[in-house]
Amino acid sequence: MANRTTIIVHSGDMDKLYSALIVGNGSLAMGMECNLFFTFWGLQRLKKGGLEKGNLSKMNMLGLGKAMVKKMMRKQNVASLEKLMQDYKELGGRIIACEMTMEIMRIKKEDLRTDLIDEYGAVGTYVQQAKDSSITLFI
Amino acid sequence: MDCKGQTCPVPLVEARKAIRKAKPGDVIVITGTHPASKKEIPMAAEAAQVEVLEVKQDGEVWTIKLRR
Repeated sequence: MANRTTIIVHSGDMDKLYSALIVGNGSLAMGMECNLFFTFWGLQRLKKGGLEKGNLSKMNMLGLGKAMVKKMMRKQNVASLEKLMQDYKELGGRIIACEMTMEIMRIKKEDLRTDLIDEYGAVGTYVQQAKDSSITLFI
Repeated sequence: MDCKGQTCPVPLVEARKAIRKAKPGDVIVITGTHPASKKEIPMAAEAAQVEVLEVKQDGEVWTIKLRR
Protein backbone atom coordinates (compact mmCIF):
# COMPACT_ATOMS: atom_id res chain seq x y z
CA MET A 1 0.00 0.00 0.00
CA ALA A 2 1.45 3.30 -1.07
CA ASN A 3 1.88 6.13 1.36
CA ARG A 4 -0.76 8.13 -0.46
CA THR A 5 -4.11 9.88 0.13
CA THR A 6 -6.72 10.09 -2.64
CA ILE A 7 -9.85 12.18 -2.06
CA ILE A 8 -12.92 12.56 -4.28
CA VAL A 9 -14.02 16.18 -3.94
CA HIS A 10 -17.67 15.85 -4.96
CA SER A 11 -19.09 18.69 -2.89
CA GLY A 12 -18.64 22.32 -3.82
CA ASP A 13 -19.62 23.52 -0.34
CA MET A 14 -17.12 25.85 1.28
CA ASP A 15 -16.81 23.89 4.54
CA LYS A 16 -16.29 20.59 2.71
CA LEU A 17 -13.65 22.14 0.47
CA TYR A 18 -11.86 23.18 3.66
CA SER A 19 -12.01 19.56 4.84
CA ALA A 20 -10.56 18.28 1.56
CA LEU A 21 -7.75 20.84 1.38
CA ILE A 22 -6.87 20.51 5.06
CA VAL A 23 -6.66 16.70 4.88
CA GLY A 24 -4.73 17.06 1.61
CA ASN A 25 -2.23 19.49 3.10
CA GLY A 26 -1.98 17.40 6.26
CA SER A 27 -1.20 14.31 4.21
CA LEU A 28 1.57 16.10 2.32
CA ALA A 29 2.94 17.55 5.55
CA MET A 30 3.08 14.06 7.06
CA GLY A 31 5.18 12.93 4.12
CA MET A 32 2.47 11.28 1.99
CA GLU A 33 1.53 11.83 -1.64
CA CYS A 34 -1.92 13.24 -2.31
CA ASN A 35 -4.48 13.33 -5.13
CA LEU A 36 -7.62 15.45 -5.09
CA PHE A 37 -10.13 14.24 -7.69
CA PHE A 38 -12.53 17.13 -8.36
CA THR A 39 -15.90 16.03 -9.71
CA PHE A 40 -19.48 17.29 -9.98
CA TRP A 41 -20.12 20.25 -7.64
CA GLY A 42 -16.52 20.11 -6.51
CA LEU A 43 -15.30 20.78 -10.05
CA GLN A 44 -17.24 24.08 -10.08
CA ARG A 45 -14.72 25.32 -7.52
CA LEU A 46 -11.87 24.87 -10.00
CA LYS A 47 -13.50 27.34 -12.38
CA LYS A 48 -11.71 30.67 -12.66
CA GLY A 49 -12.76 32.74 -9.63
CA GLY A 50 -14.77 29.83 -8.23
CA LEU A 51 -12.68 28.59 -5.31
CA GLU A 52 -14.25 30.73 -2.58
CA LYS A 53 -17.76 30.73 -4.07
CA GLY A 54 -19.18 27.68 -2.27
CA ASN A 55 -21.98 27.95 0.26
CA LEU A 56 -22.05 26.41 3.73
CA SER A 57 -23.36 22.83 3.67
CA LYS A 58 -25.61 23.65 6.65
CA MET A 59 -27.13 26.88 7.98
CA ASN A 60 -26.09 28.85 4.90
CA MET A 61 -29.24 31.00 5.28
CA LEU A 62 -28.91 32.65 1.86
CA GLY A 63 -25.30 33.49 2.56
CA LEU A 64 -25.81 34.98 6.01
CA GLY A 65 -24.50 31.86 7.73
CA LYS A 66 -21.51 31.76 5.40
CA ALA A 67 -20.69 35.40 6.16
CA MET A 68 -20.87 34.69 9.91
CA VAL A 69 -18.65 31.63 9.66
CA LYS A 70 -16.16 33.54 7.50
CA LYS A 71 -16.05 36.30 10.11
CA MET A 72 -15.41 33.75 12.85
CA MET A 73 -12.70 32.12 10.76
CA ARG A 74 -10.97 35.45 10.14
CA LYS A 75 -11.01 36.10 13.89
CA GLN A 76 -9.35 32.71 14.46
CA ASN A 77 -6.84 33.46 11.67
CA VAL A 78 -7.93 30.48 9.53
CA ALA A 79 -6.17 30.41 6.14
CA SER A 80 -8.23 31.14 3.01
CA LEU A 81 -9.04 28.34 0.56
CA GLU A 82 -6.76 30.09 -1.94
CA LYS A 83 -3.81 29.94 0.48
CA LEU A 84 -4.52 26.28 1.27
CA MET A 85 -4.63 25.56 -2.47
CA GLN A 86 -1.29 27.35 -3.05
CA ASP A 87 0.28 25.45 -0.12
CA TYR A 88 -1.14 22.18 -1.45
CA LYS A 89 0.47 22.76 -4.86
CA GLU A 90 3.75 23.97 -3.35
CA LEU A 91 4.02 20.75 -1.32
CA GLY A 92 3.55 18.67 -4.47
CA GLY A 93 -0.16 17.83 -4.23
CA ARG A 94 -1.86 16.64 -7.42
CA ILE A 95 -5.22 17.77 -8.79
CA ILE A 96 -7.29 15.63 -11.14
CA ALA A 97 -10.30 17.13 -12.96
CA CYS A 98 -13.22 14.85 -13.85
CA GLU A 99 -13.71 14.76 -17.64
CA MET A 100 -17.22 13.33 -17.37
CA THR A 101 -18.37 16.29 -15.27
CA MET A 102 -16.77 18.61 -17.84
CA GLU A 103 -18.84 16.95 -20.57
CA ILE A 104 -22.13 16.87 -18.62
CA MET A 105 -21.85 20.42 -17.35
CA ARG A 106 -20.28 21.72 -20.55
CA ILE A 107 -17.19 23.01 -18.80
CA LYS A 108 -14.31 23.78 -21.15
CA LYS A 109 -10.66 23.56 -20.16
CA GLU A 110 -10.33 27.31 -20.59
CA ASP A 111 -13.09 27.81 -17.96
CA LEU A 112 -10.90 26.01 -15.41
CA ARG A 113 -7.73 27.03 -13.59
CA THR A 114 -5.56 24.81 -15.73
CA ASP A 115 -2.43 25.96 -13.84
CA LEU A 116 -3.65 23.94 -10.83
CA ILE A 117 -4.71 20.80 -12.71
CA ASP A 118 -2.18 17.99 -13.22
CA GLU A 119 -4.42 15.53 -14.99
CA TYR A 120 -7.83 15.15 -16.65
CA GLY A 121 -9.42 11.77 -16.06
CA ALA A 122 -12.45 9.64 -15.32
CA VAL A 123 -13.30 6.87 -12.89
CA GLY A 124 -10.43 4.69 -14.07
CA THR A 125 -7.93 7.38 -13.10
CA TYR A 126 -9.47 7.60 -9.64
CA VAL A 127 -9.47 3.82 -9.11
CA GLN A 128 -5.90 3.53 -10.39
CA GLN A 129 -4.78 6.05 -7.75
CA ALA A 130 -7.13 4.88 -4.98
CA LYS A 131 -6.21 1.20 -5.13
CA ASP A 132 -2.71 2.09 -4.03
CA SER A 133 -3.75 4.71 -1.47
CA SER A 134 -3.76 3.95 2.23
CA ILE A 135 -6.28 6.76 2.76
CA THR A 136 -9.17 7.44 0.41
CA LEU A 137 -12.16 9.66 1.16
CA PHE A 138 -15.30 10.92 -0.52
CA ILE A 139 -16.13 14.49 0.45
CA MET B 1 9.85 30.41 11.40
CA ASP B 2 7.17 32.25 13.30
CA CYS B 3 3.71 30.63 13.25
CA LYS B 4 2.38 32.34 16.37
CA GLY B 5 -1.37 32.95 16.08
CA GLN B 6 -1.68 30.62 13.07
CA THR B 7 -4.11 27.74 13.25
CA CYS B 8 -4.56 24.29 11.66
CA PRO B 9 -3.07 23.32 9.23
CA VAL B 10 -0.75 26.30 8.67
CA PRO B 11 2.04 25.56 11.22
CA LEU B 12 2.26 21.94 10.05
CA VAL B 13 2.32 22.98 6.39
CA GLU B 14 4.93 25.69 7.01
CA ALA B 15 7.08 23.16 8.90
CA ARG B 16 6.89 20.79 5.94
CA LYS B 17 7.82 23.59 3.52
CA ALA B 18 10.85 24.46 5.66
CA ILE B 19 11.92 20.81 5.85
CA ARG B 20 11.71 20.55 2.05
CA LYS B 21 13.80 23.70 1.57
CA ALA B 22 16.45 22.84 4.19
CA LYS B 23 19.79 21.32 3.24
CA PRO B 24 21.19 18.38 5.21
CA GLY B 25 22.52 19.66 8.53
CA ASP B 26 20.34 22.80 8.51
CA VAL B 27 18.56 23.62 11.78
CA ILE B 28 14.91 24.72 11.55
CA VAL B 29 13.35 26.64 14.44
CA ILE B 30 9.57 26.97 14.51
CA THR B 31 7.60 28.94 17.07
CA GLY B 32 3.83 28.85 17.42
CA THR B 33 0.81 28.84 19.69
CA HIS B 34 -1.52 26.27 18.04
CA PRO B 35 -1.56 23.39 20.60
CA ALA B 36 -2.07 20.41 18.23
CA SER B 37 0.82 21.50 16.00
CA LYS B 38 3.26 21.15 18.89
CA LYS B 39 2.48 17.44 18.89
CA GLU B 40 2.11 17.02 15.13
CA ILE B 41 5.20 18.84 13.81
CA PRO B 42 7.53 16.29 15.53
CA MET B 43 5.42 13.51 13.92
CA ALA B 44 5.85 15.12 10.50
CA ALA B 45 9.59 15.51 11.17
CA GLU B 46 9.86 11.83 12.04
CA ALA B 47 8.02 10.88 8.82
CA ALA B 48 10.55 13.00 6.87
CA GLN B 49 13.43 11.42 8.84
CA VAL B 50 14.35 14.77 10.31
CA GLU B 51 15.82 14.89 13.80
CA VAL B 52 13.81 16.62 16.56
CA LEU B 53 16.38 18.49 18.68
CA GLU B 54 14.07 20.23 21.14
CA VAL B 55 10.40 20.88 21.99
CA LYS B 56 9.94 23.68 24.50
CA GLN B 57 6.86 25.37 25.96
CA ASP B 58 7.01 28.88 27.41
CA GLY B 59 3.57 30.09 28.45
CA GLU B 60 1.39 29.88 25.34
CA VAL B 61 4.31 29.75 22.95
CA TRP B 62 6.08 26.58 21.93
CA THR B 63 9.41 26.31 20.14
CA ILE B 64 10.44 23.28 18.11
CA LYS B 65 13.99 22.78 16.86
CA LEU B 66 14.63 20.33 14.01
CA ARG B 67 17.77 19.28 12.16
CA ARG B 68 17.55 18.00 8.59
